Parts: sequence; structure tokens; C-alpha cells
Amino acid sequence: MLHTFVALVEDKPGVLTRVASLFRRLNINIVSLTVGRSEKQGTSRMTIVSEASPTAGHRIMASLYKLENVLQVDDIGQYSSVSRELALIKVAATPQTRSHIFELAEVFRARIVDLAPESLMIEITGVESKIEGLLQVLNESEDRILEVSRTGRMVMRRGEHTSRVLDAMRVAGVETKDEAEEEIVEIAAEEQV
Amino acid sequence: MGETKTAGTRLTGSEILWATLEGEGVREVFGYPGGAILPAYDALRKFPIRHILVRHEQGATHMADGYARASGKVGVAIGTSGPGATNMVTGIATAMIDSVPLLCITGQVSSKVLGTDAFQEVDITGITLPVTKHNYLVTRAEDIAPVIREALMIAKAGRPGPVLVDITKDAQQASADFDFAAAAPRPHRPHPMLRAESESVLKAAEMIRAAKKPVILAGHGVIRSGAREQLTALAERMQIPVASTLLGLGGFPASHPLSLGMMGMHGEAWVNHAIQNADLLIACGMRFDDRVTGSLATYAVNAKKIHIEIDPAEINKNVKVDVALIGDLAEVLESVLPHLSARKSSAWVKEVNAMKGECAVRDIQNLPDTGHLYAAHVMHDLWRATNGKAIVATDVGQHQMWEAQYYKHEDPRTLITSGGLGTMGFALPAGIGAKVARPEKEVWVIAGDGGFQMTSPELSTIAQENLDINIAIVNNGYLGMVRQWQEFFYDKNYESSPILSPDFVKLAEAHGIPGATVRTRAEVLPAVQASRERKGPFVINFLVEKEDSVYPMIPAGKALHEMIRRPGHNPLIETAQDA
Repeated sequence: MLHTFVALVEDKPGVLTRVASLFRRLNINIVSLTVGRSEKQGTSRMTIVSEASPTAGHRIMASLYKLENVLQVDDIGQYSSVSRELALIKVAATPQTRSHIFELAEVFRARIVDLAPESLMIEITGVESKIEGLLQVLNESEDRILEVSRTGRMVMRRGEHTSRVLDAMRVAGVETKDEAEEEIVEIAAEEQV
Repeated sequence: MGETKTAGTRLTGSEILWATLEGEGVREVFGYPGGAILPAYDALRKFPIRHILVRHEQGATHMADGYARASGKVGVAIGTSGPGATNMVTGIATAMIDSVPLLCITGQVSSKVLGTDAFQEVDITGITLPVTKHNYLVTRAEDIAPVIREALMIAKAGRPGPVLVDITKDAQQASADFDFAAAAPRPHRPHPMLRAESESVLKAAEMIRAAKKPVILAGHGVIRSGAREQLTALAERMQIPVASTLLGLGGFPASHPLSLGMMGMHGEAWVNHAIQNADLLIACGMRFDDRVTGSLATYAVNAKKIHIEIDPAEINKNVKVDVALIGDLAEVLESVLPHLSARKSSAWVKEVNAMKGECAVRDIQNLPDTGHLYAAHVMHDLWRATNGKAIVATDVGQHQMWEAQYYKHEDPRTLITSGGLGTMGFALPAGIGAKVARPEKEVWVIAGDGGFQMTSPELSTIAQENLDINIAIVNNGYLGMVRQWQEFFYDKNYESSPILSPDFVKLAEAHGIPGATVRTRAEVLPAVQASRERKGPFVINFLVEKEDSVYPMIPAGKALHEMIRRPGHNPLIETAQDA
């Protein structure tokens, strides 16, 4: 199964190697890994997605904690969370074939961020399945994908929900789960404003 | 401790290194100089630190390892960059898998040429990343004191292990303000999963009370944690037999009526049968290594398991347990004990003792002398001569298992052996380290003829330091354990296992060390006594039976109770139960 770990690590040389080496030693493949600065000074936040047996989570987490540079680990899979990935997709397209790609982008709530005579670039943000979906449609419609760059999964646990958000979750019940999650996030964001 | 150096004293990086070690209480280091560590060596004479010059850096790490195991302190090894550093890797890996606190200091090329394949440059922090608890590359003099202090703390904290500090030559040469107190590390972050919840403690206590056939599995953690008193209290109060892992030997006195001896691949039959028939295993500071479990699918299937362990990553790693108590063994046992009231007698202990049968009173000393000299005789006589009180450093292989079976350790930190990694060549340097750490103790090095030759140049270290170490070479002309596996599992195809050795007594003499060769049973004790009485080193070359095997043996992958017993023709057989 896929495990998603979030690790807060010291922002020092070699820390990425230590974390990656731990997975290597356990012969576990890292599916995706995103790293960036966290809200705490001098620390980076890593989101590590890996394919491992259901019981491996505890051991990976315990082993990550044994690394001196690792400050905090969360095995996020079991908790309610928001998951996002960003992808840039360059597709071969001429002025004659562009329009249906524009339509696809609209459906997937993606954006066209670059346009050239022979190609265009799509920016899409969402859960992985949404990105996979767009890629699949592009492939099936015989568009030629020239380049794909994906950030890998970023996740954050959800906070406490207000009653309005919970109402919205029930309303959103008819939509797919992923889409519903997006709606809730949007509503929650509105509430904050 | 450090107060001699006033705050803000201007020192070179090299001086800071030694001043910090001095402040931390380090008085002995094992090392070998070379280009990139020469500035540090240049400053050494100003500090009250004894440097033992080794003959190979692997020896330095094993000595620091033996020092740490014998004393409970952190062992310190030092070497130069490149080959000096890579030579340390085996010793570091040995310490890592056996949870031994080491500080390894290596010189590194100047920071200006890092990564340029400079002369004697090697990426030692990269190389040792998987075999150290943590490591550092230090490029500035001002970082040396805080890094060394933090490294020593990490080496000792929680589950101990080796820490390597790689210091560039320019960092050793540059000057910086030295303030020992200001360089104190932040308190070590305890492993966040480190907790023995009161609920689990109560559950464990209830399981112990309910158990009809409990067995304690005593590991290295008993010794590391200093938990003998608590372990003994638990065993005696609840009448629970205690089986030990190889590294756990000495943690619980071998002469104690509840002591079963060593479990696992070469454990005596009754020990493993007790484990297989148990209804509760209380694992204390051990990690269910494959050498003690045999096949996991058939391991103690009817037993509930309580695992008391300081490293949360060990829980459910090999054996699924019912209750995990994560923390320092002595502390956890302290919290469990108040929930247990004394049991008077136990039918289970009687049952286990019956399994022991006559084996329990095995006394090979009383066997008739058949003219053959068996390694078991040597171990047994050594045990008798030293009352089981000497520090014994063993190598790896048959003699290591015979030692574990026939030398009955009474005290913690008296068996020094490479368990997890199985590093041949460990015994001689580890014995040196143990003697340096505990000069008042009688130290015996026991090695096979194969392993001894891997690090025998350290005889020269012994001679230079004039260390009073007794060295027993159990010489059977084979890489004995390899030969045994070839006999059992490879149709007696003794490929590359017969080994020619020099005359070890002459080799010792070449180092100015006296010695004796022993060929018969009658000569064993006189030679042992001669060695013990002599102030200074002594080498005994025991020429033992060539094709003897270690029994019982559980073939790899077999269940713990499927052991190969001693064959009938073996003169070491004492009773029908043993056959």
C-alpha cells in the first residue's frame, strides 16, 4: 500500500541523503518526495510517498525518528488530510488542434500557462487522480505529450471543522470524494476571510 | 573537567579537539596518525590523554569497542583520512549492529579541496552513513567543541551506537575561541515513540501473573541498561527461567538456579525447548535476531510476547508482540515489578529442570582423558581456573560458540564478542581495549586460528604497551565454522576451509611475548596457570581436535526445536538425553 509520511527535518547538508538512504536500506521505493522550507526557521518539510506493506508504517516512522536530523514524523495516511500535486504538462498543439485542449483544461480546472506555435503548456493542481485523469484523456485523444513535470504529493492534515464546513461536506456528498474535499477547502478558506 | 580552560581561550582546532575530549573525561584513545590528522597529533602531548598506537585502524575501532563494552563508557578511535578512515568501517559496523557507543574521529583533507579527489581523500561521512548512528563533517575550528560534545552525547543516548566526526585539516589548524561550557549540547531529544504507557505496564503485569510457562529472554539491553537487579527481582519473584542471547551472557549470573544459558542456533536443547514450549516470552533488551529465533513461522507459537526495548524500530520487526514496553529496561522493569507479588514455586521451573536432565550437571572435566584435546575442554578449564570472573574477548566462529556454552559468565561486561556482524579478527584488539579500560581485571582473548590471523599484528601493540593479556588460540587447522557448515550442508566439500598458520608461539616470540603450545588435556591447566601468573602478555596455542563441531545446532531456517544434537560417538556426550 501507499504510505505518506510528513517529516520535519533540519535544513542542513546531507539530511536528504540520510532520509533517502533509510528507504533504500529497507528496499522501499520512494514514489514521490517533495521538500521545501517549513513554517519553522531552519527546518524543511518533506512529504514522502512510498509503497510498502501495511505493517511497515510503524517501523519506517520509528526508523525516521532515529535519524538525528529528523525532528518530527507523521504517518498521515490514517488521518483526514488535504493532498495536492502540481503538474506542468507540455502538449504538442497547432492553432488547428488547440481548441479541444482548451476545453479539456476547462473541465479539469487547469490553466494554459504558455502558448507557442507548436505546443502549449498546461498547469494543473489537484489530487493525483485528477492529474492522472487529465494525462489519460490527453493520451486517449491522441494529443502528443512532450513533457511532464510533477511535484509529487504534498499533504497536510485537516484542522478542526466548524459546523458550516460539516454542512458543506454533507451537501457535497454527491460529488466524488476528491472533488468534495476541494469544495470543503474552498469553503473553509472563505470562512477565514 | 574543562575548568582549566577559561572561557574564551584562543586555541587551535587541534587543541580544541583534545581539550574537549579531556573535558568530557576521555583519558584513553586508540589511533594511528597520518597526513590529514597530523595537526591533531601535534597537539596531543599537551593533554593528559593516553594514545595507544594501533597497527591497523580496524584495530583502533575494535579496541575502542572492547573498551566501551568493558567499561560502559564511550570508546574513542582516531585515524587519518582516506585509507585510515575506510579501515575503520568494519569496526564501526561491528559497533553499530551491537549498539556500542563509539566516537570515531577522522582527519579529512582541507575544506578548500573537498570533493576534488585530493590525496587520501575519501567521502567517509557518505561511506559510514548507514553504519553510524550519526556522523559529522567539520570544516571550521569553532564547530569542533560543540560537535564533539554532541557526538559523545548521541553515542551514549538511547540505544547507543558509533558516531563519526570527520575534521578537515584546515579546521584543525585554524584558531577559535574555546569555551567548554558554552559548547554543551542541547539535551538529547528522546525518541518521541519512547514510552511505556501505564496501561501497557498493567497489561504486561497481568500477562506475567497469568502465565504458567513464562521464559525471560535476556539480551544486551540488560547489560547496557544495568538492569541486573531488576531482572533478577522479576525472575526470582515470579520464578521465571532466564535464557540469554549471546550478547546477554553475563547479564544474569550463569550460576543462578533460574539461569538457562544461551538460546538460539547453538543454544543447549533445553533452552530452546523451554522457549518453544513457553506460554509467555518476556523479551528484555533483545531484538529477536534470526540466530535466536530460527524459523519465524514456528517460533514460540503458543507464547504471548512482551517486548521491553529502548528502540521503537525493533518492535514487531521480526516477531509480532502482544505488548511493547518502550524505554530503558531497568526503568520499565521498575514500573512493572510493583504489580507482581511473589510466587512460591513453579511447576514450569521443575519441568524445565527435568528437560535439562543430567545435562545440567555436565562436568566435562571429569570425563576420561581419551588423548584428544577438545575446544570444550579448553573453555571449561579456563572457566574453572578463572571462576567465571575474567573478561573474555572472543572472535567469531566455533570457538565463540564453545566459549558461550562452556565459559559460564557471572558478571555483566565480562563477555566481549561481535554478535550481530560476526566480525572475525575482533577478539585480539577488543581484548586490548578491554584491558585498557579495566586494567585491574584478568583479560583473556580467545580466537580461532583463522580469525587470529586477521588482526594478529596487534600483538605488536600489546608488546609496545606491555599489556597483561592472556591469549588463547583455539587452533584446529580449519576455518572451523565454515568447515562445519560444509560438513553438514555441502557434502563435506571442504573447499578453502583448511588453513595453514604460522607457529603462533614463534610469532609471539618475535614480538617478545612468551607462549606455549598445548596438545593434550593434561597440559591445559598448567599452561593457563602459567599465563595467569605471568605479569604481561602470554600466548597459548591450543592444538585441538580438527574436525569437531558445535552442537546442538539449528540449521538456518529450521524451527528452534529442530536442532541437530550431539552425535553418539562424540566423546563430549554425557547422557542419553543429549544424544
